[in-house]
Amino acid sequence: MIDREQVLHVARLARLELTDEEVARMAGELSDVLGHIERIDQLDLEGVAPTTHVVDVPNALRADEPRASLPREVALAPAPAVEADGFSVPSPQA
Amino acid sequence: MSTDPVRLTAAQAVEALGRGDLSAAELFAAYRERAAADELNAFTWVAEEAPAAQDGPLHGIPIAVKDLFCTTGVPSQSGSKILEGYRPPYTATVVENLEQAGTTLLGKTNQDEFAMGSSNENSAFGPVLNPWDRERVPGGSSGGSAAAVAAGLAPWAIATDTGGSIRQPAALCGIVGMKPTYGAVSRYGMIAFASSLDQAGPLTRDVTDAALLLGHMVSADPRDSTSIGLPEEIALPTAQRLDGIRLGVPEELSGEAEGIEPGVMEAFERTLRVAEELGASVETMRLPHAEHGLSAYYVLAPAEASSNLARYDGVRYGLRANGHDLVSLYTRTRHDGFGPEVKRRIMLGTYALSSGYYDAYYGRAQKVRTKIADDFRAAFERFDFVVTPTAPTVAFGLGTKVHDPLAMYLNDYCTVPMSLAGTPAISIPNGLAEGLPTGFQIAGPAFSENRILEAAHALEGAIGFDGSTALSRGGMPSTPSERGAGRPAGL
Repeated sequence: MIDREQVLHVARLARLELTDEEVARMAGELSDVLGHIERIDQLDLEGVAPTTHVVDVPNALRADEPRASLPREVALAPAPAVEADGFSVPSPQA
Repeated sequence: MSTDPVRLTAAQAVEALGRGDLSAAELFAAYRERAAADELNAFTWVAEEAPAAQDGPLHGIPIAVKDLFCTTGVPSQSGSKILEGYRPPYTATVVENLEQAGTTLLGKTNQDEFAMGSSNENSAFGPVLNPWDRERVPGGSSGGSAAAVAAGLAPWAIATDTGGSIRQPAALCGIVGMKPTYGAVSRYGMIAFASSLDQAGPLTRDVTDAALLLGHMVSADPRDSTSIGLPEEIALPTAQRLDGIRLGVPEELSGEAEGIEPGVMEAFERTLRVAEELGASVETMRLPHAEHGLSAYYVLAPAEASSNLARYDGVRYGLRANGHDLVSLYTRTRHDGFGPEVKRRIMLGTYALSSGYYDAYYGRAQKVRTKIADDFRAAFERFDFVVTPTAPTVAFGLGTKVHDPLAMYLNDYCTVPMSLAGTPAISIPNGLAEGLPTGFQIAGPAFSENRILEAAHALEGAIGFDGSTALSRGGMPSTPSERGAGRPAGL
């Protein structure tokens, strides 16, 4: 079971603001889904290797050669706020 | 021109263009008119005019593209409010590949937000309606692509499948949908959901078109180091028989006890008999861990999503909410920009990855993934293909499952195991139950795309599914009197 405090803790980790109503609903919904997921607790998985990826590619390396990247103005074009040729944000200490 | 161009499959349209029976401009105009008058909400954006087509084997064939494929200068927001107004500065590799083959971009199609959903009700653009019955969902997350193809608003479409997002809507809309082997197609420029599972594939009206389209999507792309292409070229299938083919029917993914509707099971079993008549052997078998696929998937996919979606913070693109400091800018932008299902999955994934829970959830789910992949490997030593119903139900009513996440997740029960194993699978139309389409899923070992397409082609011919109901109902107003003033006339 997930309680209100856990929901708030996880929301902080996820940088997600939730309304009181969303917090209450989330606690119930996550508990339901986790209840289903916890069925895998019955399986004996001792000694089983985890699968992180299904493609058998060890390290895909490319030649370390300089190449053109997105021009600055193109990268900045979709930004909501731009200042001094950079992405503009409020001060972290505000 | 004797035939209505929107009734041609894409392969037939290629031939008609080659013979000069039809011009690329006429074909584009016919589809553009229908797409612009779309009443299914299948499109999020429709091209004003045909882009200049490159010379290539698919020259002049229009294509619909799921919203989440980045397309230079064209709205691409993965069905989310948080990417409102985003027009990417680059194009996804798979879209580029198709442009080089000669296709013309007809429009972008609606989808569940960030491809999270099985009904297309989680879209910032609103739900898509099923062309067979507008009171019902088209499936998801690629509901717009599937509805557009089924209704003749596009000849074909590309979409993505993470846990069933191509195959399930294909089944619910009565068309063909294929998820290739993980790595066959580049993910570069696909707005990410769960990177170890996401894979692009075709949605088409028949198996031949699926082969034709997939063949032009595949590539090993230096910009996606997990893309490896396919070891052999995709060939257009010709098989009429299934002699000597061994089909395995997993107990865990078939039968009413598994929540599969009786009508869907009847249609599935009818096709098993058809397969036997074509020369195949059919045997019940086991995939002992497949029933745990959903549990593993609903840990792994949200975990990857919670990481992938961290980039939406109101700084570099899309929506920005006002915050008094940097953290409140992030948290409010994400509150305002994400819909309920995306928030749910971010929370679930963050929880599964958080300190103290990582081993119990994420670690165990990765091990279950290994067991499921092992089950398939063992199965393919005895069988050519594993076959199942694609989705447990026919298209369900709009609004009936959207408030019950667990019920919604069960839609993916039969499609998630192959996604976890990274193996290819196709869904083909399998006749009707209660007047609505059902799907027959054929899964094979990694890189068996050509063999799957051959088997699907043989079955398709024998099933003889008629999709013309949805085509003629289309997304257009169904009678002249229902047409709004000023709308383009129907075809």
